[in-house]
Amino acid sequence: MNKPLRRIAIFCGLLILALLIRTNWLQYVQAEELATRKENRRVQIAQYATERGNIIVEGQPITGSEAVNGSDYKFKRKYLDGPLWAPVTGFASQAFGSTQLESLEDGILTGNDDRLFFDRTIGMFTGQKKQGGNVVTTLNAAAQKAAFTQLGNKKGAVAAIDPRTGAILALASTPSYDPSRFAGNSKDDEKAWVELKDSEDKNLVNRALRETYPPGSTFKVVTAAAALEHGVVTDINAPTDTTEPYLLPTTQTKLPNSHDMKCDKFSLSEALRVSCNTVFANMSDKVTRDKMVETAQKFGFNNEKIDTPVRAFASVYDKTMDRPGNALSGIGQYNTAATPLQMAMVAAAVANDGKLMKPYMVDQLTSPNLDVIEKHEPQEMSRPLSAANAQKVQQMMVNVVDNGTGKTARIPGVTVGGKTGTAQHGVGNKKNPYAWFISYAETDKGSPVAVAVVIEDSNADREDISGGGLAAPVAKAVMEAVLKSQG
Amino acid sequence: MSVVTNTTTIGAIELPSRRNTELMLLGFAVVIPIFAYANVGLAMHGKLPPGMLVYGLGLAVLAGVAHLVVRRFAKYADPLLLPLGILLNGLGLVLIWRLDQSERLQNLAKRAYGGFSESTPNQMLYTALGIVLFSAVLLVLKDHRTLQRFTYISMAGALVLLILPVIPGLGADVFGAKIWIRVAGFSIQPGEFAKIVIAVFFSGYLMVKRDALALASRRFMGLYLPRGRDLGPILVIWAVSLLILVFENDLGTSLLFFGMFVIMLYVATERTSWIVIGLLMSTVGAVVVGTTASHVKVRVNAWLDPFSCYTTSGACEQVGQSIMSFGSGGVLGAGWGQGNSDLIGFAANSDFIFSTVGEELGLTGVMAFLLLYGLIIERGARTALAARDPFGKLFAIGLSGAFAIQIFVVAGGVMGLIPLTGMTMPFLASGGSSVLANWALIGILIRISDTARRPAPAPAPSPDSEMTQVVRPS
Repeated sequence: MNKPLRRIAIFCGLLILALLIRTNWLQYVQAEELATRKENRRVQIAQYATERGNIIVEGQPITGSEAVNGSDYKFKRKYLDGPLWAPVTGFASQAFGSTQLESLEDGILTGNDDRLFFDRTIGMFTGQKKQGGNVVTTLNAAAQKAAFTQLGNKKGAVAAIDPRTGAILALASTPSYDPSRFAGNSKDDEKAWVELKDSEDKNLVNRALRETYPPGSTFKVVTAAAALEHGVVTDINAPTDTTEPYLLPTTQTKLPNSHDMKCDKFSLSEALRVSCNTVFANMSDKVTRDKMVETAQKFGFNNEKIDTPVRAFASVYDKTMDRPGNALSGIGQYNTAATPLQMAMVAAAVANDGKLMKPYMVDQLTSPNLDVIEKHEPQEMSRPLSAANAQKVQQMMVNVVDNGTGKTARIPGVTVGGKTGTAQHGVGNKKNPYAWFISYAETDKGSPVAVAVVIEDSNADREDISGGGLAAPVAKAVMEAVLKSQG
Repeated sequence: MSVVTNTTTIGAIELPSRRNTELMLLGFAVVIPIFAYANVGLAMHGKLPPGMLVYGLGLAVLAGVAHLVVRRFAKYADPLLLPLGILLNGLGLVLIWRLDQSERLQNLAKRAYGGFSESTPNQMLYTALGIVLFSAVLLVLKDHRTLQRFTYISMAGALVLLILPVIPGLGADVFGAKIWIRVAGFSIQPGEFAKIVIAVFFSGYLMVKRDALALASRRFMGLYLPRGRDLGPILVIWAVSLLILVFENDLGTSLLFFGMFVIMLYVATERTSWIVIGLLMSTVGAVVVGTTASHVKVRVNAWLDPFSCYTTSGACEQVGQSIMSFGSGGVLGAGWGQGNSDLIGFAANSDFIFSTVGEELGLTGVMAFLLLYGLIIERGARTALAARDPFGKLFAIGLSGAFAIQIFVVAGGVMGLIPLTGMTMPFLASGGSSVLANWALIGILIRISDTARRPAPAPAPSPDSEMTQVVRPS
């Protein structure tokens, strides 16, 4: 009987061996995949097991954590002024995931980042619980509040940058949402989430970074820069050769100016002041498409990777369109589309004497005990135009505010340059146009702020929707707030 | 006056009894769970658990009593079996206590049953009763061969035990599996005891019939095929297994009985053909039942791809949760009390207790546990090899084989290696029947191993060795 007994013993050993192999497969080979599956609630449980680190504006946290009872998650994210800061923070929801800074800097905020390894290891020995680090932003609270309150009930967005460094000062989007409403995983949270997600107003969209609009006449600043850079125009006050009526190249289509204005042979500066479509369409045509693309791209158009670190949508300047298309694109119509951040970058590049700084909104990442883990150094992104040409464009933009369509943005005692825009959209231009305004302010210490404002689909009359009327006061308030806070 | 010469110069060689080895191992088996217990308390509440002393002393006393019983009544028994049982049982208690501390499970129980009661005190009680039963087995069963007399009574007993859960009014349907009976407020799983009783029947029956089964056969394609009439018993057992499966929804028990029978049949007859026939029959049975019975089909689907039906099927979610527990544990585990294996919810401390081992002790811990079980099985197989009588051999290998199959079916189920079945991990899982039955099983193996290793009694003094006494008339 002993031979079969030995075989059975071996068979039993094989059963155990099969289990050993299986456990190695599960817990070594597949461990990572299983541990991070979307079905695996441990991921979120760990994320909310300790108080999350905070996002900080001017030394004050704009987020917090609150303890929750009777849930798998010990803490819930809380936003101190949710709707105001939502375009900056994004959200961290136990049930619906996280976005923007909350998502990108999750490692720092939860304390799981490799750079916090030593903090965790020390905590292990001292018995201290894992703590999250902080994300210190570049935002300016006064400017953000000004942008948000000035937008008010209107749909729109504001992006403001410090042209000297690229630091983002304001990033507002309305109508906004309060991320606190769905930070948990209760029924109420779900209701709020569904309501916001399906809302017609697209509350969850960050319009300042993630929505592109036809930039309309504000794009004429780019066209003017291109004309100067490529030598089509050297003297901004010399008459151009654009005559009325102006036909789009290769077509018999007459391009009108708004309000039936005559722009016969207007100089570049004069054309920008009163926002002549004909002069700039012709200018764009003369610069030629490829050179227009070149300059637009130096300003940041067609760039898929504008990471602030939250990635902005790419603004578009069509690289393959025909001549009439390019002419229309020169006045910010046709396929041209830009995010508010992109247009703020245009104003910033001009204000900073032609040097475009990379926009960013995270200044520092700090450990729980406030040691700086990472600090952002301002980086030059490109030079869309020379300093001399930039100063010419500045002159023209100041002229717009002092004597032209942008008078509503004037600030006493401060040099302000700007450009209005009213972009048509919809089939047959039936829908309410977008009102745009881009501007910068200048002091003796250089230009501390450049801002872009867009207001969409206002219920006001078509006539009222002009950049100068609706958008410029918002830009003015933001610039004033920055100037005031910087003394 | 007379020279006494003893011709039996070769006495029985005294084997070491190995009792001191057992005592030393028991020391480890008691200390390791106490450390684990302290660890859980520190991890979950930041302080040593309140019942530290009671628990430690309790386990030590139980181990001590069991050891003394073995020392007195089964002196030559295998030294590993008892410490292995104590270690697994002790760690099982810690695991159950750890899951008792889980707020998530407490809330779940409050929502489902309106209240939560700890499982640890009951399990402590059952452990004590298990040691009592273990001692009783060693005290009462002086020689395992006496069980041979009860061959056919055992068969009847086993059948009754298996049928009990389907009797209306007595059986309880717990989550689809009818393997429980309710008597006076206690839930009993008769299948656990039937495992041992039916092993008695198989051993007794096969010991008598083995020659007929082995020799009266025709050779066909290299296999010795049994005569038709000898096929009878295996067909009956096969049918009974299938009936259990169909009526009690218990894939595990049915596999266990059939597997045990095939193993014992093979050992008894030394005919490989039985293995082949057994495998064929179980395949046929599994395929037929797997494709017709809906609850088995659900389990099979959950095993094939638990994440494809994770949100729609409870069975898939269980398997998915369980293997995610294992995966989240990784190589070193989350540490005692620091995992989230309680996310499984239902049956976290019984059917799925091994998932907690997987998550909190990691790959390292799971391998250690599997090797502990492997040691019990191989010690059982060794006992079978050492046993001198065919009944003892069959009995020991039957019990060890069944134990091995049970480990494979349970651990394989929670690890997603095979479809999940409703059986419990011996000594770890919460449940009185399981603890009692497994202590009885260890007791029987110890008894057989003692008989096997006990030195042959010294031969009675031969009258020939004495000087012939001359009776003189005085």
